[in-house]
Amino acid sequence: MKRLASLLLCLCVAPVWAGDSAGTPKLDIGRGGQCVEDTQWMRKNHMHMLKHQRDEALRKGIRDEKISLKNCIECHASMKDDSVIARADSFCVGCHKYEAVKLDCFECHSGKRKSAWLQQRDAK
Amino acid sequence: MSYTSPNQLRSPLYYLLLAIAGLMVLGGLAAVHEMESQGHIITGMNNQIVWGMPHVFAIFLIVAASGVLNVSSIGSVFNKPAYKARGPLAGLLSIAMLGGGLMVLMLDLGRPDRVIVAATNYNPTSVFAWNVLLYSGMFAAVVVYLWTMMEKRMYPWSKPAGLLVFVWRFVLTTGTGLIFAFLGARQAYGSAVLPPMFIILSFAWGIAVFHIVQSAIYAWNGTSLDEYVQKRMRNLMGVFVVAALYFVAAYHLTNLYFSRQSAFEYFILRDGGIYPQLFWWGYVVIGNLLPLLLIFHPALGKSKCVIGASLAIILGGFAFLYVFIIGGQAFPLDIFHGFEVSSTFADGMIGTYRPSLFEILLGFGGLGVAFVITAIGIRVLDFVPHEIPKKVGHH
Amino acid sequence: MSDIDTQRRNFLKTSVGAAAIAIAPGMLLFDIAHGNPEGASSKVRWGMLIDAEQCKPGCNDCVTACNKENGLSGGTAATDSQWIRKIELKDISTGRELSLPMMCQHCENPPCVDVCPTNASFKRADGIVLVDKHRCIGCRYCMMACPYKARSFVHEVLHDQNPDVPRGKGTVESCTLCVHRIDQGGKPACAEACPNNVILFGDLNDPASEIAKKVRSVASVQIRADLHLNPGVRYQGI
Repeated sequence: MKRLASLLLCLCVAPVWAGDSAGTPKLDIGRGGQCVEDTQWMRKNHMHMLKHQRDEALRKGIRDEKISLKNCIECHASMKDDSVIARADSFCVGCHKYEAVKLDCFECHSGKRKSAWLQQRDAK
Repeated sequence: MSYTSPNQLRSPLYYLLLAIAGLMVLGGLAAVHEMESQGHIITGMNNQIVWGMPHVFAIFLIVAASGVLNVSSIGSVFNKPAYKARGPLAGLLSIAMLGGGLMVLMLDLGRPDRVIVAATNYNPTSVFAWNVLLYSGMFAAVVVYLWTMMEKRMYPWSKPAGLLVFVWRFVLTTGTGLIFAFLGARQAYGSAVLPPMFIILSFAWGIAVFHIVQSAIYAWNGTSLDEYVQKRMRNLMGVFVVAALYFVAAYHLTNLYFSRQSAFEYFILRDGGIYPQLFWWGYVVIGNLLPLLLIFHPALGKSKCVIGASLAIILGGFAFLYVFIIGGQAFPLDIFHGFEVSSTFADGMIGTYRPSLFEILLGFGGLGVAFVITAIGIRVLDFVPHEIPKKVGHH
Repeated sequence: MSDIDTQRRNFLKTSVGAAAIAIAPGMLLFDIAHGNPEGASSKVRWGMLIDAEQCKPGCNDCVTACNKENGLSGGTAATDSQWIRKIELKDISTGRELSLPMMCQHCENPPCVDVCPTNASFKRADGIVLVDKHRCIGCRYCMMACPYKARSFVHEVLHDQNPDVPRGKGTVESCTLCVHRIDQGGKPACAEACPNNVILFGDLNDPASEIAKKVRSVASVQIRADLHLNPGVRYQGI
C-alpha cells in the first residue's frame, strides 16, 4: 500500500520537472527586455493591474504611461506582425490559450502596436 | 402527502407539446448564438430603431406575468373563495412568464456575457438597475407566496405573502411603465400616464393568459370550469379591457392636445402606414372591441367565446406593444423644432424596421420557456385548481 | 495588573507610530511611481461653441476628420456608427436655410447617465460624457434617452481599431470630444479640421479662454434647452 502510494506520488512529481521545457507555451515576447515589473509578478498580477488601471485612466483621466495597455503592446507586440493577438504564439494569445482563459480586452482594444497602426493609416 | 399528476398529463400528446416548446427554446438559443457571434447587424434593429421584436415579446411576457397574479391577489388579499383555488396556478404562470420575458431581454443585450456586470454595478437613478432587484425579488416573493398557498401549515401566512406580492408587482409594473415615462425627450414616451396604463394593461393581459391556460388544463383533464366562476372571471376580464382602453385613449387624447406632439400622434393614428393599421385593427378592434362583444353580448358569452376573447386580447396586446415600442422609435426625434431637417443619420426621416428571423425566434424562445416551465410545473406539483377551495386553517 | 496593561499600551502606541512612519515614505513613493495623479478635474469644463452661420452646406470635413481619427468606417447605413453628422436645416416659417454639425452635447445633466443601469455611461469630472466599454452591456437604453440621437450601437465585429480609441461590438459609443487628444493637451479632430473655423473648443470655466470670452459676447443657444440638461456644446446663428 505504502509502495503504491509513493509510486503514484513520484508519477505526480515528474511532470513538474518536465514542465519548464515541455509544458509552458512558446511566446513571441516582441521587443522584450526590461518589463515594468518582473516576470513572475506580472504573471500573477497583470490582470489586477490592468483592471485597476483601466478605471483610473478612463473614469478619472489618470493616464499612467508606464502601465497603460497601449504601452504594454508597444513593447510586447511581435516584431514580425506588430500584434499581440494575431498568431498562436503571440504574446497575449500564447499563454491565454494555454491556460484557457478567454481574452475580452481585444473585442474593443487594438492588439496592434500604435506606431505600426499609424503607419498603416497614413499609407492609405 | 405526495402528489400524483392526473393520468392525462402522462399522455404522448403532453410530451409532444413539451418537445415542441423545447424546440422553440432551442431555436431561440440558436438565434442568440448567431446574434452574439455576428452582432446585431443580422437583426432588423439599427441606430434608429434600437429596440425591436424581442422587446415586444419580452415586455408582453413581463407585464402579463405581473397581471396574472391578480387572480391570486383576489383570492388571498380580497378573500374571494372562487379565486383562492386558482392562486397557485397563477403564481406558476407568473414565474414562467417572468422567466421567459427576462430571458429574452437578457439575451438581446449587445453583451449578454456581461449580465454579471449588470448584477454587480448599480446606478441608483436607472430604472433598469431597479428592475434587476425588483424582478429577482419578484421571483423570490412569488415562490414564498406559492409555498404559503400550497402547504397546509403555511396557509395563515398566505394573506401577508399575498399582500407582499400585490404591492411588489405594483411597484414592478410601475417600473416597467417608468422605463418609458422617464424618456422625457421622446414624444412617444415621456408621460406620467404610462405607469398606470401599464398596470391596467397588465390586468387585462394577465387575466386573458390565465383564462386560456386554465381552460386548456380543464379541457385536457376532461372537466370544465364552473358556470359561476366563469361568469365572474369573464366579467372581470371585460372590466379590465375597458379600463385599459380608457388609459390608452387618455394617453393619445392628451398627446393630441399638445400642438407640439400632434405630428407624432397623426403618425401613429393616421399617417404612419403599418402603425395606424396595427393600432386600430390590431389593438382597438381585435384587442378591445371584439373581446368586449364576445364577453358582454347577451347571445354570446359562452365558454368558447370567452376563450376567443382571451386570445384576441393577447393578440391586441402584441399589436399595442409593436406600435408603442417600434412606432415610438420610428417617428424622428424633434431636435430642432420649427425646422425641416435632413442628415446622413436619418434626422427628420421615419425609421424603418423589418424584424429578422433571429429576433422572432428569440421572442418565441421566450414563449417556449414560459410554456416549458408551466407544463413541467403542473405535472410535478399540485397547481391545477381544485374546484372546492381548501378551508383548512384560514377563513 | 495595571502596570502590565500600561506597558502593553505604550508598546502598541510606539509600534503603530513606528509603522506609520515606516510606511509613509512608501506611500509617497507609490504616488510618484504612478506618475500624474491629477487626472481630470472639475475645475475645467470642456465645451464647444459652434458657429452655424459659418458652416457651409455640403462640407463634411469635420465628419471625415472624426471618422479618420476614431477609426469609424465612414459608412452611413442604418447600422453604421456616426459620432458627428452634418444636419441641413430649413426654418419652416421663414425658409432660411442653414447647416451645422451635431454630436454628443456633453450635457451637465446627461439623461444617458441617468438611465444607464451599470454606470457605463458616465460624466468625467471635466464634463466629458463617455461610455465605459468595460461596463457597457449593450442594453441601448441610453440611445433611447438621448435627446440628440448622439449615440450609436456597434452592430458588427470590428477590426483594426485605433489603439487610442477602443471600440467593440455590442457596446454603445458616441463622440468622446477626442478625450485621448485632450488629455495630451490637444483639441478634438473636428475642431482642428474645420476650414471655416466653425467649431471653437475650450474650457468654459476659464474666463480667459477664447471660448469663454466668446460666449460672454455673442448670443448662443443650447439645443433643446427646454430639457434643462445644460449641454457643454453651444450654437450661435440658429
